Amino acid sequence: MARVRVQQEPFDAGREIAELTRGRRDVGAVATFVGMVRDANEGAAVSRMSLEHYPGMTERALEEICAEAAGRWDLLDVRVVHRVGPLEPGDAIVLVAVASAHRGDAFAACEFIMDYLKTRAPFWKKELTPGGERWVEARSSDDEAASRWSGGGRG
Amino acid sequence: MVTLLYFASLRERLDCAREEIALPAGTPTVGGVVETLRARDGRWSDAFAPGRAWRVAVNQRMADLATPLKPGDEVAFFPPVTGG
Repeated sequence: MARVRVQQEPFDAGREIAELTRGRRDVGAVATFVGMVRDANEGAAVSRMSLEHYPGMTERALEEICAEAAGRWDLLDVRVVHRVGPLEPGDAIVLVAVASAHRGDAFAACEFIMDYLKTRAPFWKKELTPGGERWVEARSSDDEAASRWSGGGRG
Repeated sequence: MVTLLYFASLRERLDCAREEIALPAGTPTVGGVVETLRARDGRWSDAFAPGRAWRVAVNQRMADLATPLKPGDEVAFFPPVTGG
């Protein structure tokens, strides 16, 4: 059901949503999340960023996250697009779009997929600051966000 | 033999993206491979010192020290992920 892509090129969120819902009459809700590159992180200005990933495992991990979401909520389709390579502040970096009959399932699944993506999908950010290049450190708040869902079940 | 992959800051610290090594004797596990790596020079023992935050995947699935290995497996080491 879910379609995931990892790509260097920019994506068009409107086109992704249109493709997600094309020809369907059963979709009542589409929830989307778009993550952007910020111009500051951990107290330093960020002028550029590059994203590395683990080809093969990345796609598999994203598909498994989507499958887990589909097991928890009633979803009609899911799309995840994540960019890699060089990025600049203001660039869109990730899109999650979830189609369902009702908004509750779409909202919850969209947030779940992002929380799990942040802690389970093998991407790594390196940012350029006035002090030079640095790898972004993982945040404990991301682990806490993901662990909210481990109580299990719908709801 | 197993293939070892290193990503992101770990790859840079070790100056190694990919290598092949012989499986440790006995019942090979990820833990056995990590012991082999720790026995190398300071750069390696430091990168894999207890308390260091790193993750491991076997054949592109998250794994841990107890995960068993067989010839031909792909074992990847990397820092905690930071996508999204």
